[in-house]
Amino acid sequence: MAVNIGLKLFKHELSPAEVVKKSREDRFLAREIIDGVFTDFVELHGDRLSGDDMSVIGGIAALNGTPVTVIAIDKGVDIQDKLSKRNGSPEPWGYRKAQRLMQQANKFHRPIVTFINTPGAFPGKTAEAQGQGEAIAKSILESMKLTVPMIAIIYGEGGSGGALALATSDQVWMFQNATYSILSPEGFASILWKDSKRSDEAAAVMGLTPKDLLAKNVIEYIIPESRSHPRVFNLIRKRLQDEFKQLSELTPEELVNQRRARFRSF
Amino acid sequence: MDLYNHQKSTSKIKRDASVNDRIPDGLFLACPYCGVQMYNKQLGHYRVCAHCGYGFRLQARERVDLMTDSFEEIDSEIEMTNPDFPGYADKLARAKSQTELGESVLTGVATFENEKVALGIMDSYFMMGSLGSMTGEKITRLFEYATENGLPVVLFTASGGARMQEGINSLMQMAKISAAVASHQEAGLLYLVVLTDPTTGGVTASFAMQGDITLAEPHALVGFAGARVIESTIHEKLPKDFQRVETLMANGFVDQIVPRSDMNKMIAKVVRLHHKTEV
Repeated sequence: MAVNIGLKLFKHELSPAEVVKKSREDRFLAREIIDGVFTDFVELHGDRLSGDDMSVIGGIAALNGTPVTVIAIDKGVDIQDKLSKRNGSPEPWGYRKAQRLMQQANKFHRPIVTFINTPGAFPGKTAEAQGQGEAIAKSILESMKLTVPMIAIIYGEGGSGGALALATSDQVWMFQNATYSILSPEGFASILWKDSKRSDEAAAVMGLTPKDLLAKNVIEYIIPESRSHPRVFNLIRKRLQDEFKQLSELTPEELVNQRRARFRSF
Repeated sequence: MDLYNHQKSTSKIKRDASVNDRIPDGLFLACPYCGVQMYNKQLGHYRVCAHCGYGFRLQARERVDLMTDSFEEIDSEIEMTNPDFPGYADKLARAKSQTELGESVLTGVATFENEKVALGIMDSYFMMGSLGSMTGEKITRLFEYATENGLPVVLFTASGGARMQEGINSLMQMAKISAAVASHQEAGLLYLVVLTDPTTGGVTASFAMQGDITLAEPHALVGFAGARVIESTIHEKLPKDFQRVETLMANGFVDQIVPRSDMNKMIAKVVRLHHKTEV
């Protein structure tokens, strides 16, 4: 009996609403992933224009000895941290910091890895005045021109344009219990049905789970999660290495054309 | 206690109940920006508020008639063929019959004072100009056409943002169009954006903010997040003109605000200044 319950608890496939809940649980932290996958991480701050957004962690690191640029959206660890990072909602200067680091990676021919976990770009007064729309638009446009390989990994919530800004890459991967969607299920339900309480229903029709998105070719790979985090990180490191090796065999022109063609198909 | 029990006296004037049937609707309009009431005819040819200059929302085909010197539509046959979200098919059908468009954008080749451009006009009357996958397809093809034929792109934006019914596909359009913009840019061609009322959400966060030159119509609402979302996030009331193009221009995101009556001339002038010449 106990075995049966156990099997049911662990084996049953999560419903989309359950995946949404899990994706928000902070199962993995940005810094933990960076330290787990890479070595020699050197953090780089600021966008050189208006400030430093702490919700976007950026820098350079070694992937099994090869230099790469790492950009990660961080939701924060404790309440104070979460407040200062607006639970992982970047400000325009966060996206501009990412742009700066992408340009830098391009200059030094370093591959780029982004880790995404955001409910969306921050809808604030200063954010709006500083051009949140323009910041995202430029991130998307500039990453379409990069001549270095770029892989995006959604490890929690992939909320709308705020996530897309760092996910216009050669490949997009998702953690098993991550989501990627046009809007939060709450927002979706409130816009379409004027009732944010129907979010579970919305989650079911939105197709936001990794499985749904893999079927639609929105993503290339689902990273299986494990309670042993080092196992997950080893897997990511290995796979990043393999894929970057393949992607770097392309000429810069082929790489850019392939990336643009990837999105042309939608 | 009389003060509290006092009943409001009812009006003695008898209203003529049939008056509403004898006067046509829509004779008087209130400007959505400044609120001043005016007689319909006062809006004039360009449908502009006589008081504040706000341009009333136009359908794409009206705008073609008002602003271009010639126009030939392309990709008119492209439309959504399998709307599978509940209620989506009905909404699309209604939008199509209201706007005489297949999607929320009208694309083609136009001239402004003999200057040939690839022209796109989004229509806010078509499901709030939302960015469906076929909207994205038409805009992408417009850029591809312009790149192949060495033409500048002029795009009038008007959109409530992503099309919820299409989910993630709608989000992918932002990337798809941006890729086409990148190729057009690399060919050294001009991309001119005209922001019109309203331009918000995913459209602002992609191709509306990727132009080489950005013009806008007076008092147009342009922003990323909705005003109500911002207010409920920061628990503070936003100033009246917070997301109007005048504020955006002050913040450095718009090159010029151009009244409708001057738009044709201005576009022609800018395009002419981008003719390739030997220096």
